[in-house]
Amino acid sequence: MSENYAPKSAVGRWFNDRLPLLNLIYGHLLPYPTPKNLNYWWTFGGILTFCLVTQIITGLVLAMHYVADADLAFASVEHIMRDVNYGWLLRYIHANGASLFFMAVYIHMARSLFYGSYKEPRELIWIIGVFIFLLMIATAFMGYVLPWGQMSFWGATVITNLFSAIPLVGESVTNWLWGGYAVGSPLLTRFFTLHYLMPFLIFALVILHVWALHVPGNNNPEGINVVQGSQDTVPFHPHYVVKDMFALVIFLVVFAGFVFFVPNLLGHTDNYIEANPLQTPEHIVPEWYFLPFYAILRSVPDKLGGVILMVSAIAILAFLPWLDTSKVRSAKYRPLYRQFVWLFFANVILLGYLGAQTADGLFLIIGRIATAYYFAHFIIILPLLGYIEKTKPLPKSLSEPVLSPEERQMKAAASGASA
Amino acid sequence: MSEKQVTRRNFLYVTTGAFAAAGAASLAWPFVDQMNPDASVKALASTEIDLRPIIPGQSITVMWRGKPVFIRRRTQAEIDEAKKVNLADLPHPEEDSDRAQNPEWLVMVGICTHLGCVPLGQKGDYNGWFCPCHGSHYDTSGRIRKGPAPTNLEIPDYVFLNETTIKIG
Repeated sequence: MSENYAPKSAVGRWFNDRLPLLNLIYGHLLPYPTPKNLNYWWTFGGILTFCLVTQIITGLVLAMHYVADADLAFASVEHIMRDVNYGWLLRYIHANGASLFFMAVYIHMARSLFYGSYKEPRELIWIIGVFIFLLMIATAFMGYVLPWGQMSFWGATVITNLFSAIPLVGESVTNWLWGGYAVGSPLLTRFFTLHYLMPFLIFALVILHVWALHVPGNNNPEGINVVQGSQDTVPFHPHYVVKDMFALVIFLVVFAGFVFFVPNLLGHTDNYIEANPLQTPEHIVPEWYFLPFYAILRSVPDKLGGVILMVSAIAILAFLPWLDTSKVRSAKYRPLYRQFVWLFFANVILLGYLGAQTADGLFLIIGRIATAYYFAHFIIILPLLGYIEKTKPLPKSLSEPVLSPEERQMKAAASGASA
Repeated sequence: MSEKQVTRRNFLYVTTGAFAAAGAASLAWPFVDQMNPDASVKALASTEIDLRPIIPGQSITVMWRGKPVFIRRRTQAEIDEAKKVNLADLPHPEEDSDRAQNPEWLVMVGICTHLGCVPLGQKGDYNGWFCPCHGSHYDTSGRIRKGPAPTNLEIPDYVFLNETTIKIG
């Protein structure tokens, strides 16, 4: 698709002959054949790229004013909010950008689950995606520690203490992470360093993610294979460039709504109190996007067990392509999976709600049931469904489901005549 | 070449590889170890405290190695309560006498052994400490009684320098 591209200008040709970078970009962004029926759930890949670039740019300029030292960090963030020109805007974009990044990534993952995008031949795209998600979690967590407020400090304390659950070497590992005997300045400085590094690692993985995607091409709402370059595909530009741009504008409206009207809605007021190692806030909650995993952690009465289960909740995603035994991708043609996948989404939202509540009484019991169901979905329901579910017949092309019965007959007659 | 014969070249290959691996590993260590507690952190490893201002039933919190340490002058009722507990009822059985050198003074690291929050004093189901983060209850000897924490509150190394001064660490 890209071999035939020749830059129009002499300079472009001179450059491209020596380094075919333009060829590469052209092939992946312009004529790249894309299924013609992609819906708006497919626009989140582009939105996520936008989020990543936004976080990198705003983060870069925030780092010019921020000081990663336990005595100065909180004041430097207030300095950004009050003194630095447009500092409030840059910080609110960065903080809310993280939340919207996660909102978009959860929708992107849910899309994959619903339409079976993780299945053969796209397993590796999915697995790279799981690694991107892991890096996002680490980056967001470390970023939340940087303002050095009460939630930053105690969030860092609780999460780094998870490593103390490791048998035998737990304590040495946590002291190594802290660079001391408690959370303090050394930890803050190294978190800042890693928080700065990780987005670039994410960027590298995004390139691999897109590269791997462009080998088999996009999945689509019907979940059937389409032949690249057939009547079922359209060039990425202008069709999906425009569709992605439109979706991005809608997304930006939501983004701006948060930044300009409710910039602290998703944050926690305790984080505007400077970190105090002597006083734990009454109610520690992580950022909203970690709540489902936090609920899983708390549902286990055992320290090590809770940590193992929480890590497994994410790690199990990497095995999804093999846990789901059904050959049919899209939930549209899987009457049972379609119901179970919605139940799964509802269960994750329930876990998120429980993660924000105090872990006792009824909440704890429901949390345990929801945790059990989360894992049952992957290790019991998905493997079994492939064997017991009677799937609906798949269409032969992307056009078939949208044709009227007459058109379908005409098409059948035409193909019969030609055969 | 004959099958599976060890040649001079094989030997050089393996030894070169082994030296390179050992060299890389020894060079990696400084990059790992730089994250461990440094000399300035270790230098703050002991603290002396004057106990005179504390009356029975009162506690103070001091900082030691960046961590809070609770020092509680226990009332007779609390000591009795801690002593009469049946060890079989404890998730982490320890005698009160093993936890307090002088029964009147309880000195322990004020960090919940679950995930590191600071428990609140004289709260919870056992009149000891209660961790608000994930609901661990400790008794008047700082022993875990209920909740997710795996072990009792840690007792730091400390000595009574004299009747009214202790040194932690």
